[in-house]
Amino acid sequence: MIHPMLGEAWLAMGANRLRTALTMLGMVIGVGAVVIMMAIGQGAQYAVQQTISTMGSNLFIVLSGSFTTAGVRSGSAGAPTLNVADAQTIAELDGVVNVAPTHQGTRQLVYGSQNWSSQVIGTTPEYLDARAWSIVNGAGFGDSDVRSATRVAIIGKTVAENLFGDDDPVGKTMRIQQNPFIVIGVLGSKGQNLDGRDQDDTVIIPLTTAQRKVFGTPFLGSVRMIMVQAESAETMPRTMESVTSLLRQRHRLREGVPDDFFMRNLSAAAESEAETTRTMSILLGAIASISLLVGGIGIMNIMLVSVTERTREIGIRMAIGARQRDILSQFLLEAVMISFAGCLLGLLLGLAIALAINAFTGMVIVISGSAALIAFVVAAGVGIFFGWYPAQKAARLDPIEALRYQ
Amino acid sequence: MMQPVIRVAGLGKSYETAAGLFPALKGVDLDVRPGEFIAIMGPSGSGKSTFMNLLGCLDTPTVGDYFLAGENVAHMDKDALALLRNRTLGFVFQGFNLLPRMSLQDNVALPLVYAGVDRETRQAKARELLAKVGLGNYAESLPNRISGGQQQRVAIARALVNEPRLILADEPTGNLDSHTSEEIMRLFEELNGEGITIVLVTHEPDIAAHCKRQVRFLDGQIVSDQLTGDSA
Repeated sequence: MIHPMLGEAWLAMGANRLRTALTMLGMVIGVGAVVIMMAIGQGAQYAVQQTISTMGSNLFIVLSGSFTTAGVRSGSAGAPTLNVADAQTIAELDGVVNVAPTHQGTRQLVYGSQNWSSQVIGTTPEYLDARAWSIVNGAGFGDSDVRSATRVAIIGKTVAENLFGDDDPVGKTMRIQQNPFIVIGVLGSKGQNLDGRDQDDTVIIPLTTAQRKVFGTPFLGSVRMIMVQAESAETMPRTMESVTSLLRQRHRLREGVPDDFFMRNLSAAAESEAETTRTMSILLGAIASISLLVGGIGIMNIMLVSVTERTREIGIRMAIGARQRDILSQFLLEAVMISFAGCLLGLLLGLAIALAINAFTGMVIVISGSAALIAFVVAAGVGIFFGWYPAQKAARLDPIEALRYQ
Repeated sequence: MMQPVIRVAGLGKSYETAAGLFPALKGVDLDVRPGEFIAIMGPSGSGKSTFMNLLGCLDTPTVGDYFLAGENVAHMDKDALALLRNRTLGFVFQGFNLLPRMSLQDNVALPLVYAGVDRETRQAKARELLAKVGLGNYAESLPNRISGGQQQRVAIARALVNEPRLILADEPTGNLDSHTSEEIMRLFEELNGEGITIVLVTHEPDIAAHCKRQVRFLDGQIVSDQLTGDSA
């Protein structure tokens, strides 16, 4: 039964091509807009998630406190209130995966006739684990390097390009603050962070070497910053609380005395950005779906005209034995076919425009099967919903009246 | 004696109008036996159209009974009536009423679509009937490519496609010139000769003369019922 009806619906669509095309256009624009908006929205989310994942997940940092001298306050990490032993005890807390005390600053690097200013991070091997940072060439340093303050360095991709050019940096010796460092590894690329800073413009050296040879330190063993990785986003607040109480206890702070350290949740900022893009894409999707609605109303309008125009045909069909449900499904099928065809064209148009946006602006777009599926389900829904009333109207015609209609 | 194809008893139909209830048909009795060829005649407003709509299962009576092939259809629901129109009846209209976008073959096959017949059988049957009415070479043509007389032949082929018990023809020659009308009436006579029962509405005595029996309506009642050739 459905098979001959498909052919008839096709004939009916072809009978007035311009009208069918214009009716479809509403759906084309609606579905196209939804596809583009979803591609851009999901692309933005993907980009943010990529950035977050390069940063390392579930991270927070503990900064040493400020001090005040003659009314001048130093800002965070000004006072040497944190030390390596703090980091070691934090590592023993439940829910803590990695702990890396760090000391960082900007220094001039020299290799042969080249020089380059870069961020130097003194830390422990756990730092790379916490940030899920891999070494693509050479190797990392171990705990023994930290204990004996060896002069080894792992460099980021940007540093490797600027300082060593086409040479293989591994095994070469560069200088930081006049001290020779052997490059033992090159890091994998991470790209920009949320602030737009190049994360690959980095040199990582053992914490002890950094403190003794590069930055200097007021007290041996004091650190400015401890990076902590919690087990998961859910346990993060609890982990932060237990770190706070541990440090207050270790620093012998009585109740009522403010903390002598600061804590920053690195993931929180990123997550709020992700939330913003998500809200944005929902909003854009909602606006786009209004055009789908308008397209659906267009279908309903044209189907109503079609039913009136074809009243006599409906009468003939009824006279030769079409039941009400035959007429109903005929018109419903026509509406759904227009809707589907429009949807298919809209899908292609949307994809083409999304790809063009990607090609010309470099904006990240994500085309997902689920977006296409949603568009199709919505199109079928729109066809049935807006086709129902006209089809019902056709099915309920009185055959005698319909046959008499001129 | 064979069971009548149509038995109508005390059939009445009234319409709601602004002036009150209008009785279009006032208690009609009629039997039509298999193989009959009947002309229903009468002026406009005599109730013959109302009567044909009832016979065609397009409408339901206000009072009375209508047995079609032995079955009382007076109070059937719409789907059951649609089934009767599809399987038991064949319609031929004054305006031919072919679907303009479909080929002649598809037009003839359309009742079979609603009967749920498969495509192969539909096409074979449609071609066979087009050949029978002399239009075997026009199967793929569209209705507007052929003459009125030819269109009416296609409509007759369509009416026959489901092997109905009864053909109902409502002024089938009303839109045709006298020569073509003669041809169409000869086709009806031929079909009747094969045993097909035909009820035909007309107001032209020439046309009615082709039928074996003439039933005359006036003011919603049958006023005469005689075999052709009897003195009027």
